[in-house]
Amino acid sequence: MSVIEAPRSPGVRTARKRRVNWEKWGWIYMRVSGVILVVLIFGHLFVNLVAGEGVNAIDFAFVAGKLADPFWIVWDTLLLWLALIHGSNGIRTIINDYANNAIVRRILLGAVLVSTIVLLTLGTLVIYTFDPCPAGAPADLLPSFCPVP
Amino acid sequence: MPEKSAGTLADSTPVAPKISMPRRPAGTLYRGREGMWSWVLHRITGVAIYFFLLVHILDTALVRVSPAAYNAVIDTYKTPIMGLGETALVAAIGLHALNGLRIILIDFSSWGTRHQKLMFWIVIGLWVVLLAGFVPRQFMHIFGAH
Ligand code: HEM
Repeated sequence: MSVIEAPRSPGVRTARKRRVNWEKWGWIYMRVSGVILVVLIFGHLFVNLVAGEGVNAIDFAFVAGKLADPFWIVWDTLLLWLALIHGSNGIRTIINDYANNAIVRRILLGAVLVSTIVLLTLGTLVIYTFDPCPAGAPADLLPSFCPVP
Repeated sequence: MPEKSAGTLADSTPVAPKISMPRRPAGTLYRGREGMWSWVLHRITGVAIYFFLLVHILDTALVRVSPAAYNAVIDTYKTPIMGLGETALVAAIGLHALNGLRIILIDFSSWGTRHQKLMFWIVIGLWVVLLAGFVPRQFMHIFGAH
């Protein structure tokens, strides 16, 4: 004869297998990435908008100068991945909150997933295939370290 | 007030207990106060920053097209109107970041929930300080001579 255990007694886990609690890890991710993003974003904003000439200093040569430095390559890669996944997961929460229609919800969630994957791929390729001295470009638009033709 | 003795009880006229229906649902931890507004602001700023990030990854990707294409687009970021947009963006990120830290303290500290209202006003205070540092500098860059 089988004995029915009291609810929640240890060992009563036969019906549902233990699975990864993705919702919990998403919750943790929002908080861990948030703390790191504070440093990454305020550093990014300070160097690009506040220091020196601020936004007026930004042009191709400025970006090329930054992306020639491994420090900023790592910084920008982390910023891209942490911020975009944090934002996409936040948008996922908001879609789940407001999109009551199952079809609309699936379309919106699918669009967020696709755009996130596309933009992570694009952004990563831009950082790692960047050429600071593209052939044929006018020399006055290039950083000063490019060889003069 | 001292307890009324049994003797004086007979004189007092019985008063019907006053129970009135609240006109709207009464306050909870979150409804209508700092807790709710911080959540509203966090959500709105989060969505705004997200859409900027999508555009920003695309405009930065132009460095892979050509220096001229990147410069042409980034030059529009230097106009006064976009300069005001950048100011709004920094304001939104600042609020989201500071309030995000407040959320994290509420979630992980033993005292956070008890002081969530105070922490909201600290967030607002730090945010004002942040903008007091940033806005004059930004206006100098976008409206000043260069
Ligand atoms: C600057 C550092 C940041 C910090 C400290 C931070 C912190 C947080 C925290 C703690 C949450 C709450 C998650 C929850 O309630 O479960 C959150 C939500 C969110 N964040 Fe951030 N975040 C930051 C940057 C960003 C950025 C750059 C974006 C956009 C790309 C973003 C978009 C969002 C969105 C859309 C939500 C969801 C809001 C909601 O559910 O109401 N955040 N953030």
